[in-house]
Amino acid sequence: MLGKLSWSAIPFSEPLPLISTAVVAIIILVALGIVTAKGWWPYLWREWLTSVDHKRIGVMYVALGLVMLLRGFADALMMRSQQALAVGTAQGYLPPEHYNQIFSAHGTIMIFFVAMPLVIGLMNFVVPLQLGVRDVAFPVLNSVSFWLTAAGALLVNVSLVIGNFARTGWMGYPPLAGLQFSPDVGVDYYLWSLQISGIGTLLTGVNFVTTILKLRAPGMSYWHMPVFCWTALASNLLIVAAFPILTATFLMLLLDRYLGMHFFTNDAGGNQMMYVNLFWAWGHPEVYILVLPAFGIFSEVAATYSGKALFSYRSMVLATLAICILSFMVWLHHFFTMGAGANVNAFFGIMSAVIAVPTGVKVFNWLFTMFGGRIVFTTPMLYLIGFIITFVIGGLTGVLLAIPPVDFVLHNSVFLVAHFHNVIIGGVLFGVLAGYNHWFPKAFGFTLDERLGKASFWFWLFGFYLAFMPLYALGLMGMTRRLQHIADPSWRPWLLVAEVGAIVILFAILCQVAQLYVSIRTRAHRRDVTGDPWNGRTLEWATPSPPPAYNFAVLPNVETIDAFWEMKRKGRRPVQTRYEPVHLPRNSPTGFITAFFAVVTGFALIWHIWWIVILGLIAATATMLVSGWSHEREREISAAEIARSERTRANLGGAA
Amino acid sequence: MTTTTIEAAANRAAHQREVGPAPKRIVVAYGFWIFILSDIVMFSALFAAYAVLAGNTAGGPTGADLFNIRNVFLMTMCLLVSSYTSGLGALSAEQRKPERFLIFAVPTFVLGAAFLALEISEFMGMVDKGAGPSRSAFLSAFFTLVGMHGAHVSAGLIWLVYMVAQVVAKGLHAAVLRRLLCFSLFWHALDIVWIGVMTLVYLMGIQ
Repeated sequence: MLGKLSWSAIPFSEPLPLISTAVVAIIILVALGIVTAKGWWPYLWREWLTSVDHKRIGVMYVALGLVMLLRGFADALMMRSQQALAVGTAQGYLPPEHYNQIFSAHGTIMIFFVAMPLVIGLMNFVVPLQLGVRDVAFPVLNSVSFWLTAAGALLVNVSLVIGNFARTGWMGYPPLAGLQFSPDVGVDYYLWSLQISGIGTLLTGVNFVTTILKLRAPGMSYWHMPVFCWTALASNLLIVAAFPILTATFLMLLLDRYLGMHFFTNDAGGNQMMYVNLFWAWGHPEVYILVLPAFGIFSEVAATYSGKALFSYRSMVLATLAICILSFMVWLHHFFTMGAGANVNAFFGIMSAVIAVPTGVKVFNWLFTMFGGRIVFTTPMLYLIGFIITFVIGGLTGVLLAIPPVDFVLHNSVFLVAHFHNVIIGGVLFGVLAGYNHWFPKAFGFTLDERLGKASFWFWLFGFYLAFMPLYALGLMGMTRRLQHIADPSWRPWLLVAEVGAIVILFAILCQVAQLYVSIRTRAHRRDVTGDPWNGRTLEWATPSPPPAYNFAVLPNVETIDAFWEMKRKGRRPVQTRYEPVHLPRNSPTGFITAFFAVVTGFALIWHIWWIVILGLIAATATMLVSGWSHEREREISAAEIARSERTRANLGGAA
Repeated sequence: MTTTTIEAAANRAAHQREVGPAPKRIVVAYGFWIFILSDIVMFSALFAAYAVLAGNTAGGPTGADLFNIRNVFLMTMCLLVSSYTSGLGALSAEQRKPERFLIFAVPTFVLGAAFLALEISEFMGMVDKGAGPSRSAFLSAFFTLVGMHGAHVSAGLIWLVYMVAQVVAKGLHAAVLRRLLCFSLFWHALDIVWIGVMTLVYLMGIQ
């Protein structure tokens, strides 16, 4: 009746996951209770859960990413503490069984449910505004994408209390991830949650490529697009080209596990090296899917807070596109030690080093943008400077690892762990946090507290260096990654420094939370009535903060890059006297319902509850058919209504 | 002519090309094109897996033992002709002739279903001979690649019935026309994938 599911799936003997789940469950129940008591459900359903507005979906993505960051960071803190404690005769507090789940969950969550939602959320919020249009190409699909991502995140968290998570590391390499060596549900949680969220990500890619290439304000040619839109385009092209490979790879592993096939098994002709190749044919572009939009954010930040145009816009765009293409030619550097031969390794080593060239172009462009500018040291600007220094170090250690003989020594050591945290924290995370501080007032109509923002930045910066520089040293000393127990006591001092670093990062996150709390409490003093708090350059700052549902009452006419800067320079306000009615997509519960059935079906697949699987698939198909039937999908906002809200805004701006 | 006037002329030309957001029909078809491209990337991963594993028969039957070239020819003909009638149906819809669209939908569906029936009987015959997907890595890759194409054809058939229902219920409304355009793209894309399957799996496997 319930497949493999029974009471033994709940780890009653392990207090740690039970207590943490209980705490989370209580928080969720209290939140739901408050929502119910205050009667907020209709508002939530109407304005958020069924919203297809790209701005609302963007905010929900970022919220999901920030919440999951707490989960992923809790995992990190537990691992660091275990390695600091379990040295020599001490065994620490995490048994291997549990420790292996934690490092697998940490990697999976941080890549798929923190970095991806944060990056996609910012793209969702910003790209249509920067393009000067009213929404993405497929608003309902956008909502489906978000809810499928949330569904995947939910399934990963369910594994904490019902059953277990994969113990394979976040790449899930067979044969360890095959049925023979991982017969329980851990790997199935990993595979199904990533398949579900992966479909959401793929649809996002389709949506944004179409939006950027087909929906732009009049006059916005490719060479007038803001750099963030260019990097978003490159990132989404990579999603479209890379994510299907991951879907196919996971499908093959699932078929091995569910139908006894032999893609990656030890017997009957399976080939595990094929999994590794396919995984990284997705995995390396994925790195650039994450970091290219971060480069875009830094480009906007550099230009805005230096008060001058981005240095060499065209070379920045060309470097972005070069990285986009090169990212598909380096995947083998993740496994030089596989033994593909000297010539193959040499090719991929050289290609990997070549990627440093367009990246270097970008670094110089940011530096020259700041050079001679009137720099305002806001929080995003600090993140930019911290990024430039940190990312260059991370990039250079990457060039070291790109040399095959060096890689043979350092492969799977904590040197590698230090390298990729160096580029992901220093690149992606700093970029996302810069973007969060930069665009927050646009989303909510008030600025974030600068003092706590800067405190958080310094904690992040020093915490990062303390936590990861020791790992470079330890890697050179021969420490491999994913150790549950440290045999060599001479490593301990370095591990203690790394532990201190993790605690400093904890303070960074606490400052982040405090910053949000304090800013909301003091929002009356920090209202952004102009819509342009930073003296911005691109079209999102031409709208009020927060922008109305229709973004632009009249689509702006674009004549240059930095279109809004040019409008301000010429003194031409984008306010008009005559308006036309605007058509906006109606709300749709399709995304929410689809995700609900995706969770149910995914859970049933993990536990082999076949009758629920069949019901879930029928329900999902029915949802698609119902939503594909309608053709009245738009509502009209009348010209009079737009004129009224634009007048109110003009008065507010005048008062400021 | 001075440089500035040349630049101004170039800018004017650029502006005339940039007339703002594209019409909905273009956007929908373009987006669906991108989706099809992503689908083809997924197929290419399965093709790559097949190419790697084709020789790994683990002592079991090879393609030459299993494939029936006459069956493959029949399947190919069914699919290609159904694509042709699907194209005629799309043209009829473009000319706002719903009845003709419905007439062409019938052979499109029947031929698609015949293709699927031939594929299923081929699969069942192989399983009966003890050559199921868990026999060897070669057969795992074969069943997954060909079966994935078959799953797409099945989805296409359901979609076609659904579109017929929409045309009957709503007529050739603009939204229905956009969906028909997407269906048409999808059905043709399945041909392209099948040409790859026929060549790389069957024709090369039979030798």
